[in-house]
Amino acid sequence: MRSDDVYVVGAGMHPFGRHEGVSGLDMAEHAVRAALADAGVSWADVDFAVGGSNVSGKPDSLVSRLGLTGVPFTTVKNGCATGGVALATAVSALQSRRADLVAVVGFDKHERGAFAADPAAYGLGEWYAQTGLMITTQYFAMKTRRYQHEHGVSDLTLARISARAFRNGAEHPMAWRRTTLTEEEVLASAPVNEPLTQYMFCQPSQGAVGLVLARGDRAADLSDRPVRLAAVTQRTRRFGSFEVFSPWLSPQPWHSPSIDAAAAAFEEAGISPAEVQVAQLQDTDSGSEMIHLAETGLCKHGEQEHLLAAGATDFDGTLPVNTDGGCLANGEPVGASGLRQVHEVVRQLQGRAAGVQVPGNPRVGFTHVYGAPGLSACAVLTVDEGAA
Amino acid sequence: MPLDPTPVDATLFASLDPPRLAGSRCSGCGTVTFPATSSCPKCMEPTMAPYALPDRGTVWTWTVQGFAPKPPYVPPAGGFRPFPVGYVDLGEVLVEAHLLADAAQLRIGLPVRLVLEPTWETDGAPVVTYAFAAAEEDA
Repeated sequence: MRSDDVYVVGAGMHPFGRHEGVSGLDMAEHAVRAALADAGVSWADVDFAVGGSNVSGKPDSLVSRLGLTGVPFTTVKNGCATGGVALATAVSALQSRRADLVAVVGFDKHERGAFAADPAAYGLGEWYAQTGLMITTQYFAMKTRRYQHEHGVSDLTLARISARAFRNGAEHPMAWRRTTLTEEEVLASAPVNEPLTQYMFCQPSQGAVGLVLARGDRAADLSDRPVRLAAVTQRTRRFGSFEVFSPWLSPQPWHSPSIDAAAAAFEEAGISPAEVQVAQLQDTDSGSEMIHLAETGLCKHGEQEHLLAAGATDFDGTLPVNTDGGCLANGEPVGASGLRQVHEVVRQLQGRAAGVQVPGNPRVGFTHVYGAPGLSACAVLTVDEGAA
Repeated sequence: MPLDPTPVDATLFASLDPPRLAGSRCSGCGTVTFPATSSCPKCMEPTMAPYALPDRGTVWTWTVQGFAPKPPYVPPAGGFRPFPVGYVDLGEVLVEAHLLADAAQLRIGLPVRLVLEPTWETDGAPVVTYAFAAAEEDA
């Protein structure tokens, strides 16, 4: 355990779902308190905080609930990648030794229905939304269809991704969707944006996640089994990527910020994708998970067809993916979603998963988020050899 | 269709009759964008010049919008009905657009041509946007 390494020493969350009468800030407070309790520290011990919410309040106003200690509190807002960016911000504060104990929180409380986006906020003309082109689900469907065309992945594989997500969600007490669905039921559900059906999409939901981070010089005192953040990276899109909210694309647009962020994370960690024993991938829809499996380097393009058929991404398979049910079973409270992934991987590596537990004491985990207008954040997490 | 349709955004069109889309092209690297921009997203230089996009291409990918979008989406006069959208490969650039074709007809590689599509009405005047219609018969 090197003193400069950054560890997760506490993790807590408010269940995901829809919660009448509970505000986003209520859920955030709950999650932070759970994380502090998990680490055995108090809010007064925290000397830097980072919070993210897309639509549900000012994260830094949490100080009036948690304690007016004067702690510096940075808020971030990066769409679906908010959680990953919050985590990266926290790690920077610890690595630069501007802080010794950092609280990270992400939360959101969305209403029903697909997200609506403001074209002006993305530098796009009003026409783009007025004519019905500014819709995230369209993008996911169009990227999925082209990917299937180029790499020969079937609709059945998309359904298998959803069915596995709901199987895992059914076992997870914090998950929203707790009912299993067969591949046939997924394929037969309403065609929202073909080839993607209703049960191949996640829905906006509500929830919060808190984490407590410390450097190696303190982590062992705060946790029996601290989980090292071996790398936390973020990247925006490069020229030639296929992004949401794009009126035009360059020919052959197969770059992706997910490719860049994942490659950087594995390089920084000194770990190869083949070593990953549990992964959380952005699965706003089953097509996105399919594509992200390959973009992050966890498999080759087209290999998803075989991996899903063989059960490789099941919790007891060779490449467990979205063991808590992912966005498909948890829904997506945008500010909390990326931190949910970290929460799940931390607990998997600590051997205390709330739902299905990856067998064999996994030691290497990976998380990946992707958000509009084209950014990704990834993390590689490990537990030290010999940690018990 | 009534005369003198109003484009949903005049900056999108190099001309309405015949319809042509107003893109831009980089004099340095040849990158083509739509709508037009002043700075090239690839070489980062202010080297973009107005460029009317080709009016024929092929469907590169597509889906059908199966649910009514939230505002600021404006449904057509007859109310929302599921509509096909896709990216059209114009060679130098892929452009996102409504597709005027039967769902059964839609496929990657389908030849299409640029047309004007009536949308909603403003003060009784028809508002048009751009779309690509199946052009199989004269491909």
